[in-house]
Amino acid sequence: MNLSQQVIQYILSGLTTGSIYSLIGLGFAIIFNSTGIINFAQGEFVMLGGMLTFFFITVVKLPLLVAILFAILISTLVGVTFERLAIRPLRKATPLNLVIITIGASILIRGLAMMIWGKDTHSLPMFSGNDPIFVSGATILPQHLWILGITLLVIIINKLYFYHSISGKAMRACSYNRSAASLVGIDVKRMVFFSFAISSAMGSVAGIIAAPLTMTSYDVGIMLGLKGFCAAIIGGMSSGMGTVLGGILLGVLESLGAGLISSGYKDAIAFIILLLILFIRPQGIFRKAETERV
Amino acid sequence: MLSMTRTLFVALLITAQATIVLAAAPPIKIGALFAVTGPASFLGEPERNTAQMVVDEINQSGGIKGRMLLLITYDTQGDATRAVQAATRLIKEDKVVAIIGPSTTGDTMAIIPLVEKSQIPLISCAAGIKITEPVKPWVFKTAQNDSLAVAKIYEHLVKRKITKISILTVSDSFGSSGREQLKNQAAKYGIQILSDDTYGPKDTDMTPQLTKIRTNQSQALICWGTNPGPALIARNAKQLGLKLPLYMSHGVSSKKFIDLAGDAAEGIILPSGRVLVADILPNSDKQKKSLLSYVKDYQKHYKAEGDHFGGHAWDAVMLLKSAISKSGENPASIRGQLEKTKNFYGIGGIFNYSPADHSGLGKDAFVLVEVKGKDWKLVP
Repeated sequence: MNLSQQVIQYILSGLTTGSIYSLIGLGFAIIFNSTGIINFAQGEFVMLGGMLTFFFITVVKLPLLVAILFAILISTLVGVTFERLAIRPLRKATPLNLVIITIGASILIRGLAMMIWGKDTHSLPMFSGNDPIFVSGATILPQHLWILGITLLVIIINKLYFYHSISGKAMRACSYNRSAASLVGIDVKRMVFFSFAISSAMGSVAGIIAAPLTMTSYDVGIMLGLKGFCAAIIGGMSSGMGTVLGGILLGVLESLGAGLISSGYKDAIAFIILLLILFIRPQGIFRKAETERV
Repeated sequence: MLSMTRTLFVALLITAQATIVLAAAPPIKIGALFAVTGPASFLGEPERNTAQMVVDEINQSGGIKGRMLLLITYDTQGDATRAVQAATRLIKEDKVVAIIGPSTTGDTMAIIPLVEKSQIPLISCAAGIKITEPVKPWVFKTAQNDSLAVAKIYEHLVKRKITKISILTVSDSFGSSGREQLKNQAAKYGIQILSDDTYGPKDTDMTPQLTKIRTNQSQALICWGTNPGPALIARNAKQLGLKLPLYMSHGVSSKKFIDLAGDAAEGIILPSGRVLVADILPNSDKQKKSLLSYVKDYQKHYKAEGDHFGGHAWDAVMLLKSAISKSGENPASIRGQLEKTKNFYGIGGIFNYSPADHSGLGKDAFVLVEVKGKDWKLVP
């Protein structure tokens, strides 16, 4: 196997991990844009997606597709309940307080998951087949195609929603200027509610499509949440292509770094990128600097 | 917290029973430190369960010469500071006669100065070689040294005439101790390590490392880690069509590994304590009786398979029991008696302590097993 085939393998692996990071990152960005807070419980929705699917398949014995739908539904319910109980009553709180509340919520959700489902790791069945597919010297599994396909689909739906539907446009209005949006008659509170629903649904989808490859346990949300956060930072917290590209860039760099430089630096690569971007281009690498309006 | 309340509750019950039945003799107090929660809970939880189960059984069958045992357990959470605090409490407040545990090498090393100074015998359930080398008078251990597991794998490689290997180890204390042993012993067996890679305990994709290994001239891959990493590696290797024989560590010697890795587990070889293959051991095996009774009891109490790690606690409690019944409950005489232990057929192996050896096990404490048809088979 020559170097170019190796590199293709690294890039393909990176693309799939990167897609997962993108989906999680989008969840961060959508909530950030509508509320101005960073929801550190985002990773827990990823965990809930995987664990709930596992629960519905093995304990309730539902077919895969039904289990997935239920898992997304329940994760979304958890997301909006969290908004109703912890975020909405505190609308006057500073963003810092709200961020701390999200950290608290993530610890709570993780703790409950551990009590309910235990500390074991679980694996989900592949969506279709287990036989490797050869792509010019590299190998991928059908599940990789599912991940890429579903991520693409979610991104397209996301784009259509934000640019071609009334509530999507209203949410974008909120992200530009919340008080102006409420002056023209947009129900900002409802938009915040929607953003939590969309983000938690997206997070759970990421968790579900990744679980057959990466397995799942009560604590997968921590690392995946942080990586998704990196993706959103690279993308400048945009709820569009910026974050998607950020996630993919992160995934590919991690994989190339582990393969070509040293596997010991894999996580370091993600966090070095995060720090560099926060220092040099805090607005993200795909976004022009905005002039501060005073 | 829960475990502590439960232990206290059980302790109360036992004390109550003891007072009713014997109306006089106070129980013999034994301390236990396990990492029941935290990153090492895969060790601490079965160990705590096993220790409690064994002590209950001893008490039900009349205790030691009519005296009940009282097990006082604290959770170290795999944190050395907590381990020291808990050990101090066991010695100063609870006034135990001996301590079993802790579960990890880090916790054990942290409390060694304390038990040495207070002259309380300690039977550690951790595997690190430095716990008993050099020998410390009051410290014993039941877990097999990592070096024995490595030796077992290397002997098998030599038998298959494999000389070039790659290693892939997890970047935590278990992995780095294995990595150290793999590198130290390679030369002795004429083995050359072509690539030495690591992965994080929470990593979700190891194909980059495996792609790199695929391109070098390795004849086998040794992976050192605990679930779920090695299961992912097995699956990734299958995805990449890696044809190398794959060896794992005893860190994955439980059915859980086969569940997680699925088809990809087939053909993987690893060293394990005999407990994993208790039912297929030949009847002449001297440990078979202890092993079968442990597996059966654990199944009955906890509805789960008794594993390798719980076995360390079984050995610790039983060694202590036999020392106390021979020499009484004075810490110094327990220590002296432990050191005289000969041919104790435990779960981890056959223990032979001596003043120069406080780990007590030989290479035969491990057997090689292979995954075949979703089950373990002995490798001759």
